[in-house]
Amino acid sequence: MAAIFQGVGAAAALSSSPSNSFDSKKFVSSPCRSFSVRKGASFAVVRSDGRVNLNPKSRRAQQLISNAVATKSDSAAASSSSKPGHELLLFEALQEGLEEEMERDPHVCVMGEDVGHYGGSYKVTKGLAKKFGDLRVLDTPIAENSFTGMGIGAAMTGLRPVVEGMNMGFLLLAFNQISNNCGMLHYTSGGQFTIPIVIRGPGGVGRQLGAEHSQRLESYLQSIPGIQMVACSTPYNAKGLMKAAIRSENPVILFEHVLLYNLKERIPDEDYICNLEEAEMVRPGEHVTILTYSRMRYHVMQAAKTLVNKGYDPEIIDIRSLKPFDLYTIGNSVKKTHHVLIVEECMRTGGVGASLTAAITENFNDYLDAPIMCLSSQDVPTPYAGTLEEVTIVQPAQIVKAVEQLCQ
Amino acid sequence: MALSRLASSSSSSSSRSADLLKPLCSAISLRRPISTDTTPITVETSVPFTSHQCDTPSRSVQTNAKELLTFFRDMALMRRMEIAADSLYKAKLIRGFCHLYDGQEAVAVGMEAAITKKDCIITAYRDHCTFVARGGTLLEVFAELMGRQAGCSRGKGGSMHFYKKDSNFYGGHGIVGAQVPLGCGLAFAQKYSKDEAVTFALYGDGAANQGQLFEALNISALWDLPAILVCENNHYGMGTAEWRASKSPAYYKRGDYAPGLKVDGMDALAVKQACTFAKEHALKNGPIILEMDTYRYHGHSMSDPGSTYRTRDEITGVRQERDPVERIRKLILSHDLATEKELKDIEKEIRKEVDDAIAQAKENPLPESSELFTNVYAKGLGVEMSFH
Repeated sequence: MAAIFQGVGAAAALSSSPSNSFDSKKFVSSPCRSFSVRKGASFAVVRSDGRVNLNPKSRRAQQLISNAVATKSDSAAASSSSKPGHELLLFEALQEGLEEEMERDPHVCVMGEDVGHYGGSYKVTKGLAKKFGDLRVLDTPIAENSFTGMGIGAAMTGLRPVVEGMNMGFLLLAFNQISNNCGMLHYTSGGQFTIPIVIRGPGGVGRQLGAEHSQRLESYLQSIPGIQMVACSTPYNAKGLMKAAIRSENPVILFEHVLLYNLKERIPDEDYICNLEEAEMVRPGEHVTILTYSRMRYHVMQAAKTLVNKGYDPEIIDIRSLKPFDLYTIGNSVKKTHHVLIVEECMRTGGVGASLTAAITENFNDYLDAPIMCLSSQDVPTPYAGTLEEVTIVQPAQIVKAVEQLCQ
Repeated sequence: MALSRLASSSSSSSSRSADLLKPLCSAISLRRPISTDTTPITVETSVPFTSHQCDTPSRSVQTNAKELLTFFRDMALMRRMEIAADSLYKAKLIRGFCHLYDGQEAVAVGMEAAITKKDCIITAYRDHCTFVARGGTLLEVFAELMGRQAGCSRGKGGSMHFYKKDSNFYGGHGIVGAQVPLGCGLAFAQKYSKDEAVTFALYGDGAANQGQLFEALNISALWDLPAILVCENNHYGMGTAEWRASKSPAYYKRGDYAPGLKVDGMDALAVKQACTFAKEHALKNGPIILEMDTYRYHGHSMSDPGSTYRTRDEITGVRQERDPVERIRKLILSHDLATEKELKDIEKEIRKEVDDAIAQAKENPLPESSELFTNVYAKGLGVEMSFH
């Protein structure tokens, strides 16, 4: 086991550099979230500021707001103007990272649906086509299988494409390309070709987007050998992971979340990246290790407030690296707290949580005082109705209850 | 006079060949000049080209003695190699899937004659001969087929995963049709980097019905990519004849808005002419489809006898009338470029070369168990996998 830690630690040390400061948890959230759904004939813009007539029941609208994003942190708001760095929203952070890398390396190009002239359906690529031209920011037809394949082919020659799936779910059409070509070509060619591609896009359960637009592809893709998977959750790590992913020689899949694009945070002005294989310590603690990623981080943070009031001291880790797991950070935490709760958005069966449970059990069983608890989404297609959708995913109340149960 | 010149050059080449055969560990070049005579000879292709949405190239192909003898040698080598692979498979030294190319050699050889190593080729799983045409050695072929360290993919790819990066050969792909979008991606990279080179993305009549092909063709046409889609139509998608799988088996026309050319794929010179034409076209006007009318003598793979869906008469018929190696042999003999005996000597030489490569490959060790974990990721990541 020590050998494994050394290996993972060494790998983390080897991979690209400036060490991530774990302090970027404090942020100010924006109450306005808007996004568009565009696939097929109809075009719907859904705004969830609670004012729109989505549903006559205002009670449900209020509940929707409280679910999405964690609340303001006390100290940050007061002194934001005098702090260094600049404030931006998560999608802007992604765009900044992408733009900086495109400036830095002429081999970086972007391809996807509506990324160019339209500016991206979530505005991550806004302004890039004007700046870099049509050959570097490419609008593709609706043909995920082939344009993902083309991105991989281009990567084989040394280009560094960033392929956007307008929604991660659409990349199911490119599964063969991602699995067999993207993941395996480095191996089957005996190391001749590297595939420095980044495949990114929003996924996860959104605001009543329906079953097909609420998919969590990380559970399907996690078995593919040869790829790395990371999930961003704050503007700071979004930009850092985007840059690291582009610079990596391995194919990296960057999972974004539909509901996190409008998170606001102050990030440093200087150039930085986040290690792809590192987890992020969100809140150190003593009683229980809560492992989470992407949007569920915020549900965990919300539950944490309640837990702290009840006298618990949870250690919250945003695992960020979904493949490979940062078992070094996770292991150290388990050795300290002896209790593990995993909170994920994947479905119960075959999700990232299931793999993480297995990995922790195999490696740190001796340090556990109780069986690992894993809270996942229900094994159902995400329903459209708001009340049902709410129950499909893990809510803060469930997290509180789980910790109480775990720490009895 | 031509004969005496040839006699002296071929005898000097045979002594050179004896020297060359000794250090077998170094790559054996297939481009040994057998005849240095480059006076142009004009040959008519067997059948005229048919086209869709473009002009046809001329039926008269410029070649010369050197090229024809190189064609003969290369195709005979490929033929011998594939037949040897057949025996190795039956001896259980090659396992899994093994798709043999004998009968289709003219496509690989003719294409190579029309292009440079800067142009990219990507193909499906019937890739042994294409790999050799791109400069791969017999040792790399047999070692990879037998899963040894000296294989082109270090024994980790197998028959369907031959690659040669330094000659822009991008494989070697097992999933039908998936290589075509990759090929269009290669063409995109060539355009992006202003290489002035083209990509040949090969696929079969079975793959021609894959949606991703049309997707990739659409994007290539929109973005004006120098992509040449080559359908190696051997008329059978494993066990299904083309007329049972495709509503329209005129594969050169399936590009609709993209021009296409139908070529006799058993005639290496026609293939060369078509590929020259296509390269010029693609650099100026974007994608074009080439349909190579060809034939495979073996079944789809070594697991398929190849006789349940076609008659033996058909196979022998094609072998007698259209065999690519025989065509070139007849051409060489009719133009007095070599004698029958000289050609037979070349074949004997080839046989020995192949046998020596097989012997060497058999001696080559299997990969170390640590090789299991190398090349999963670049830069040595993936260490965490070692705890089971």
